[in-house]
Amino acid sequence: MEKMSRVTTALGSNAISGRTMFCHLDAPANAISVCRDATQVVVAGRNIFKIYALEEEQFVEKLNLRVGRKPSLNFSCADVMWHQMEENLLATAATNGAVVTWNLGKPSRNKQDQLFTEHKRTVNKVCFHPTEVYMLLSGSQDGFMKCFDLRKKESVSTFSGQSESVRDVQFSMKDYFTFAASFENGNVQLWDIRRPDRYERMFTAHTGPVFCCDWHPDDRGWLATGGRDKMVKVWDMTTNRAKEIYCVQTIASVARVKWRPERKFHLATCSMMVDHNIYVWDIRRPFIPFATFEEHKDVTTGIVWRHQHDPHFLLSGSKDSTLYQHMFKDATRPVDKANPEGLCFGLLGDLAFAAKESLITSDANRKPYPGGDRRYPMFFFKKPDPTEQFAHVSSALSVFETDLDSHRMDWFVKTAQLYLLSGKPFAELCDHNAKVAQELKRPQVSTTWTMLRIMFSDPANLATPGPNHNLGKLGTLPLMNSFSLKELGSGMGAESRLERSKGESRQDNIHLEPGNSYISNNEENEETEGSEGHPEYMFGDAELDDDDLYSMEHDNQTEEQEYTLPQEAFQLRHEIVDNPSAPEHLQQDKADSPHVSGNEAEVTCLTPIESFSLISISQPLFSPHLPASFFCPIVREMLSYYAEQGDVQMAVSVLIVLGDRIRKEIDDLTQEHWYMSYIDLLQRFELWNVSNEVIKLSTCSAITCLNQTSTTLHINCSNCKRPMSNKGWICDRYEHCGTVSLRCMC
Amino acid sequence: MRHAVAPAENVENHSFAVTGLFKICTHCERLGKKDLGIRIPRPLGNGPSRFIPEKEILQISKVDSRTQSIFEDAFAALGRLDNISLVMGFHPQYLESFLRTQHYLLQMDGPLPLHYRHYIGIMAAARHQCSYLVNLHVNDFLQVGGDPKWLNGLFEAPQKLQQLGELNKILAHRPWLLTKEHIEGLLKAEEHSWSLAELIHAVVLLTHYHSLASFTFGCGITPEIHCDGGHTFRPPSLSQYCVCDIANGNGHANHHDDLLGNQDMCGEVEVLMERMKQLQECRDDEEASQEEMATRFEREKTESMLVVTSEDEESAPPRDISRHFEDPSYGYKDFSRRGEQVPTFRAQDYSWEDHGFSLVNRLYPDVGQMLDEKFHMVYNLTYNTMATHKDVDTSMLRRAIWNYIHCMFGIRYDDYDYGEINQLLDRSFKIYIKTIVCSPEKTTKRMYESFWRQFQHSEKVHVNLLLMEARMQAELLYALRAITRYMT
Repeated sequence: MEKMSRVTTALGSNAISGRTMFCHLDAPANAISVCRDATQVVVAGRNIFKIYALEEEQFVEKLNLRVGRKPSLNFSCADVMWHQMEENLLATAATNGAVVTWNLGKPSRNKQDQLFTEHKRTVNKVCFHPTEVYMLLSGSQDGFMKCFDLRKKESVSTFSGQSESVRDVQFSMKDYFTFAASFENGNVQLWDIRRPDRYERMFTAHTGPVFCCDWHPDDRGWLATGGRDKMVKVWDMTTNRAKEIYCVQTIASVARVKWRPERKFHLATCSMMVDHNIYVWDIRRPFIPFATFEEHKDVTTGIVWRHQHDPHFLLSGSKDSTLYQHMFKDATRPVDKANPEGLCFGLLGDLAFAAKESLITSDANRKPYPGGDRRYPMFFFKKPDPTEQFAHVSSALSVFETDLDSHRMDWFVKTAQLYLLSGKPFAELCDHNAKVAQELKRPQVSTTWTMLRIMFSDPANLATPGPNHNLGKLGTLPLMNSFSLKELGSGMGAESRLERSKGESRQDNIHLEPGNSYISNNEENEETEGSEGHPEYMFGDAELDDDDLYSMEHDNQTEEQEYTLPQEAFQLRHEIVDNPSAPEHLQQDKADSPHVSGNEAEVTCLTPIESFSLISISQPLFSPHLPASFFCPIVREMLSYYAEQGDVQMAVSVLIVLGDRIRKEIDDLTQEHWYMSYIDLLQRFELWNVSNEVIKLSTCSAITCLNQTSTTLHINCSNCKRPMSNKGWICDRYEHCGTVSLRCMC
Repeated sequence: MRHAVAPAENVENHSFAVTGLFKICTHCERLGKKDLGIRIPRPLGNGPSRFIPEKEILQISKVDSRTQSIFEDAFAALGRLDNISLVMGFHPQYLESFLRTQHYLLQMDGPLPLHYRHYIGIMAAARHQCSYLVNLHVNDFLQVGGDPKWLNGLFEAPQKLQQLGELNKILAHRPWLLTKEHIEGLLKAEEHSWSLAELIHAVVLLTHYHSLASFTFGCGITPEIHCDGGHTFRPPSLSQYCVCDIANGNGHANHHDDLLGNQDMCGEVEVLMERMKQLQECRDDEEASQEEMATRFEREKTESMLVVTSEDEESAPPRDISRHFEDPSYGYKDFSRRGEQVPTFRAQDYSWEDHGFSLVNRLYPDVGQMLDEKFHMVYNLTYNTMATHKDVDTSMLRRAIWNYIHCMFGIRYDDYDYGEINQLLDRSFKIYIKTIVCSPEKTTKRMYESFWRQFQHSEKVHVNLLLMEARMQAELLYALRAITRYMT
């Protein structure tokens, strides 16, 4: 509302007002232009050439310039411009190469004034000199720019762009003699109107055509260019070499660019293809549009600010045959919808967090984390400018490092390297992997491997005693630097629900363990056997209550600490270790959980496979004559559990080792998810060999074909070590077949 | 990222073997290996093209080091050097761009699986009964693990590919009939539906192979030695004559060509050059009215329909490739006979540079760039020569050819005077263009020889490149416009 008041101040007495409105045209528009006093707009296209008056509530058609029984191609306009000095004077560029001027003061119906047919190809752009009444400039597909004196029948000078098509020409607002031209090959040239023989300056602005350029209305050195490469660039032309000072990346090729009046850093753009919106950018904030107008249903072809000194009205014409007046106050502001926070995990468990300054102002008072404060806060501030209505955002970026020992992903790397996935009998693989897990102090994983061996091996081998399970209290995870955000509080409920389901799936593991208790007698199993008699549901519930209770408590805790990590980033239960009421096998899980903290990717995508039916069958589990297939549902559940916990490594490794024994139990999509997550993780750790092995051993077709794409061989000459990219198998230098022995670098 | 050790010796041997074969073929040496019972395949054709003497083609790579190195790269990448590349070797700049694009389309990352790509290539080439391309890609298709069953016919291929048949048909023969409903049908077909990116990939492949079929016929490309119809196990000589002698291209025929050219068509080139000069000069004198311009376009368009593609002449042997597409009777001729009108497509409203490029590049990154380069390359390619004359500005002629082809597809440039076409392209040339672009399978050697008799083969190949790319762009424009309309 404050801006409305400023409209009037900017324009003095004859203030313009209006609202967002539109009218239907008969045909698609190619270009629009307004007259100097902002009361009328001309719309030109292949089949339309009309003048509309801009009234308070609506557009009113004033004049149809397309007269004659069978309008000629001279009416097929690629561009139109209304003279900013002489209000009766218009110029159009025709697709057949004609440049036409129109005099609205003519008494006859046909207002055509002059016709220049000097260009051989389509004229893309016409431009009047801002202060000189009779000077008109045109740029054409044939590679020439011509300057016309409207008092003469022919052009006064011709500028050659060396047979490169000219897409836009613009007189400088401030320098009387200078104009800029943009070309299809990506170049921009600066010319002195007095010197047709040679351009003053040339530079490459874009890759591919430069569709448009616009001089800054106030700042004489600034030129904005827009290209097919989807970029808008702002060039400082005051220096010796044109310097790119701002660059905005849009999502589609840029067809038009227009500086916003009275706003030094704003410009409006529209696109030539695919994207129908008009964007207003603050060039200092190139990643998100400042404002968006989304009314058009086909590409916008012409945009123009209604008045030279009024930033609140934008007119636009479109291929959808409509003409719009956009009020700035009605624009959508993508900034408002943008999420001001960002959170990302590093590979080794580091955490980066960026948020609005205001949200973490109290940060400075936070006590340093006892394990060594490793935050590197960085602050970006922008000077607030009171004249702008831009919601200025300054963000703070904090980086949190994990402390050195407990959360490293070393275990992951080691496990990946040491696990054996193929090449030996099943039982040996399991034993080997169990040992690896054991050495890395991951007893639950170790036990799982052992149990797998027992479950799926021949009965003859069952006698082999499994390795001992030492339930060491592993490095408990100290509460890491963390922060809490108010919004995230609401997410907590969901999180604890998730925990619940995890708790339930754990119950099945409980069944599993008693299942082989008669073989490996360790105290853990005795304990679980003890719990046998109780109804499982009770047991589970009690446990879950604990869990919930705990997380609630944790919740409060974090709210008191004003700067703590959101809990879902880590496993909630890492401190339960000391909770005496938790059964011991639960601790196994916990011992495992800290490791998971680094794998941020895979926790999300997996759908748990619900199968609680097992809970009801309890007795048959103890029969020693079970076929291996009997365990499949359990194993499947277990794999899902691991994957859900974030340990896809385990899931995939087991999947590979068990091979056909389990494969059919798990649907392909899930398998593919697991494989993809694991391979992705391996590649992040640059474990190329392991990842390749996994790819090779996988049975999903989608995975195995990974190996067949994007493979590039680089070959170097064995004599001179130079790459032989150029000449097949022959080295440039030696002119011989330099292939005594080829070496390959990948 | 794979480690591998390339077996150097093998490759060398292989390449040696290939050159060895060429040698045998060139000199028609008779190897007395019959006794050993080894059947040695011999090439049926002579050289890569039926129209162009082999000597001339092989000459290029010996002289031009650039061509030589492109051939080497192509061989290194594919393990073969096909006849198309050999013939294109006349224009190394273009060839480089062409091979890069084709390699990217077929081998590099893209939305479609490899065997789909080759299968689509087969579908497209089969539309024009181009057995050369079909055979080439049948091999590739099987090599990348395609299901041989699909080759029994389109009905054996997955539903998804079958749906592409309609698009293939329309694109090949009447691209202006393509509407957004066709696109919608492909994109919204439940489980068999295409994604936009896949569709773009498929469209680029289809148009690429349609136009490549034009080139193949237009230059009379002979089958590869390893493909069906490319070799024979018969002994190399029939009675006393070597196969080479009775086949076209080499020996006497060569001299005959030159003689004929010099005597009959003396001054053809000069006349053409004179016309170009006149057009250049008196351009502004006779300012044709707008109506006149429009009529000229319409006339050229209509006339292009009436140019009879002679059917009674010998045509390529019918091969069993019609099974790869449905409705074999659907062709360009159907419609021209019925006298239907091609609607006019305004080039200024939907151009490759402004619109097509952005769409392709958005959905299939890098390919837009490559196609753009290729179109640019071919449109601007010139050596400033015409037959024996040097320093000629041929841009007018090239533009006339380009626009004539687009005119046949109903694409009109507002800023072009279609009267120029009549001045610059004579009837036999128009027949050739029309045949190559619309029903390439009917191209004959006589057609190839009867236009531009004094021009060199390399210039005729240049013309073929123009035809091919102009056709590809025209088809692409229609397809992309339909997709754009669907998206908006």
